[in-house]
Parts: sequence; structure tokens; C-alpha cells
Amino acid sequence: MPSLKEFRNRIASVKSTQKITKAMQMVAAAKLKRAQASAEAARPYADRMARVIANLASAVKGDDAPALLRGTGKDQVQLVVVMTSERGLCGGFNTQIVRAAREKISELIAAGKTVKILAVGKKGRDQLRRLYGDKIIGYVDLSNFRNISSEAAQIVGDKINELYNSGEFDVATLFFSRFRSVISQVPTALQLIPARAPEGVNPPDLKGAAYEYEPGEGEILEALLPRYMNGQILQALLENQAGFFGAQMSAMDNATRNAGDMIKKLSLRYNRQRQANITKELIEIISGAEAL
Amino acid sequence: MADKLNFALVSPERELFHGDVDQVVVPGSEGEFGVLPNHAPVMSVIKPGALRVIDGGSERRIFVNGGFADVTPDGLTVLAEEAIDLADIDRAEVEQQLKNAQDDLRDSLGSDAKREVAERAVARLEALKAALH
Repeated sequence: MPSLKEFRNRIASVKSTQKITKAMQMVAAAKLKRAQASAEAARPYADRMARVIANLASAVKGDDAPALLRGTGKDQVQLVVVMTSERGLCGGFNTQIVRAAREKISELIAAGKTVKILAVGKKGRDQLRRLYGDKIIGYVDLSNFRNISSEAAQIVGDKINELYNSGEFDVATLFFSRFRSVISQVPTALQLIPARAPEGVNPPDLKGAAYEYEPGEGEILEALLPRYMNGQILQALLENQAGFFGAQMSAMDNATRNAGDMIKKLSLRYNRQRQANITKELIEIISGAEAL
Repeated sequence: MADKLNFALVSPERELFHGDVDQVVVPGSEGEFGVLPNHAPVMSVIKPGALRVIDGGSERRIFVNGGFADVTPDGLTVLAEEAIDLADIDRAEVEQQLKNAQDDLRDSLGSDAKREVAERAVARLEALKAALH
């Protein structure tokens, strides 16, 4: 049986851990609110962009379409972009995303495709490196961004574009976590290249008038598609960010609760031990007195 | 029906303006054009410059750093890369920033990536300065 002092030390250490997890939970809650707000604020742009793209994609067809929309006509080399967080202590958040990506990768490999991986976020890179170290062709470090902005998305977008233009891959799929609620983040796959016109968005009713394009449809689409892609990346980054804080919050909440349980258990054992010690001493004194 | 133009200005991060106005003058890549209610459908690339929102005799000038304008029978949507209200901009500060960016450009001769960033910054600030006049 450990001594009373050991018990006291353990209780104190669990208590300070609990204080830390409690603080982290509150910080995550505050940041989650902000991340959610910015994910929401970015939605109008994404919606309107989707409408414009749907509209344009129906006007430009066939060989005139820019490479981003048309694709390379093959699907042999697949780029898998895995977006995860830069930091841990968020429960199974990153593992979930990596697992979804891994399933897709195994499927692609089984189908005889060549897989390349671009990791965004440190945690996913670390997990993937263990499994597919030779397949990782790039890593985007966003740890310098305290808040996700369009610049962060631009960096990721530029990287993907650069790889695409140098013919590194045919199809790019993005893996991230869609934020559904604080306790539920859904790993999601999104095909980036060739770009898909959004579903369920109808071109506006022009009431018989014809669209005019300045300069031309092709040029506009050419300029618009990278932005559409960046917009999708930004949206994914923001959703991921919100999901990360949500996951961190619930993980820290659990940790705080577990620490509380542990303190209760330890206190109980501490008190029992203390009483046992007192009883033992009393017995010693009494039996000593009786012996006289 | 009092004719008003439904105008929305959005940037990737947030919606900056949404409402009914009298007229919007858009700095299109092929030249400035004004959009009044019931304009014919047009889609145009925007070059960096001042977007003028005219409503009830007052004019608001907003700097947009590239993007797209989409005119449909429902109204005008501007998808801007970046948008700043020109009333919030201090000219001296812009000139200082421009000077810094030009210095960066001069210092960045060795690296392509750096030069690209600096060039972008200079182009943006020059357009911003021009829009202030």
C-alpha cells in the first residue's frame, strides 16, 4: 500500500492536469465559435461561385474547356490531398481523416493506379509517413497561420496547380472533415481536379436574354476555375479548423471528466488509508495500555 | 415597382455588402461599365480598381483587387478577391507600403518565389493608389 504522502502527490498531479485540460477545453470552445463564424461567413462566396461556375460550365463544353475542368482524360495517377490539423490533443479527429484517405488509397492501389500523396497539416503527414512514406510527394505547412485565411488556401491551391501543370497527376481528391456538430465531424472526399460543376445548382433564368461575356467564356472560366478550386480548399480548411476545435473541445471535456473521476477514486483510497492508519495506531496504543 | 438593383459583394472570407442600390459602376477588364436595374446578363472579369456604388445620390467607393462580376436578371454579384472601402484607407500609409513593396521587389532578385510575391504586392498597391484619386 502506498503511503499517504504518495497519495497526496498523485492527487495533486491529477488536479493540475485537470486544470490544464479544463483550460484547453475553454480555449477550444472560444476558438470553435470563431472558426464556425468564419466558416459560415465564407459560405456566400462559395454559393455564388458555385452558381457562376454552373452557369459557365453549361456554356463552355468539349475541347474548349480549360484543363482544370476537362482533366487529362486519364485517371492513372491519383493525387490524394489529406488535410489534417497541425496539432494534436483532439481525440480521433486526424485518425478519422487518415483512415478515410487510407481506405481510398488501398482501393486505388488495388485497382492498379499510381497514388501520390500531398499532406496538408503535420499530424496527417506523420501518420501517413509511417504507412506510405514513399508516396508522399509534398507537404504544406500551415502552422504559421493562426487563422485560416484565403492566403492559406492560396498556398495549397498554388501547390496543387503547380503539380498539375507539371503533369504529376491526373485526378486530385481532397480529404478533409466536414463539420456537422461539435461531437460529429464527418471525413469527406472531394474531387478537385477535374473540377466538377456543383450539383443541384441551376443556372439563373435569363428570361430569354443572352449572356454576354467579357472577355470570352473560355477566358473567364480559365481565370475562374483556380479561384473556384481555392474557394473549395478554403472551405475545406475552415470546416477542418472548426471540426478540429470541436474534436479538441470534446476530447478535453472527456479528459477533464476522467481526471475528476480519478481524483474521486484516489481521495477515497487516501481517506481509507488514513483511517486505517489511525485505527492501527489506536489499536497499538490500547493494546499497549492493556498489556501494562 | 421602384427599380433598384440587387447588389451583392462577396469576398472569399465574408459577404461585404448585400442590398438594393441605384447603380454600380464596375471596373471591368475591358473597361468600366455601369450596371443599372434590369441590365442585360453579362459576366465580366474585374481588374483591380475602384467599384462605385451609387445609391440615393451618395456614392461609396470600394477598392476591389480582381474578381468577377455576374449580372443576371436577379441582380449583380461581384466575387472579389479582396475588397476594401476606400473611405477606410489612408493615402500616406498606402504610399509607404508601396515604397516598402518596391524595395522588397528590388531585394528579391535572387529568388523567383519571393519576386512573384513582391510583384503581386506592388501591383496591388499601385492599383489601390490609382483608385484613391
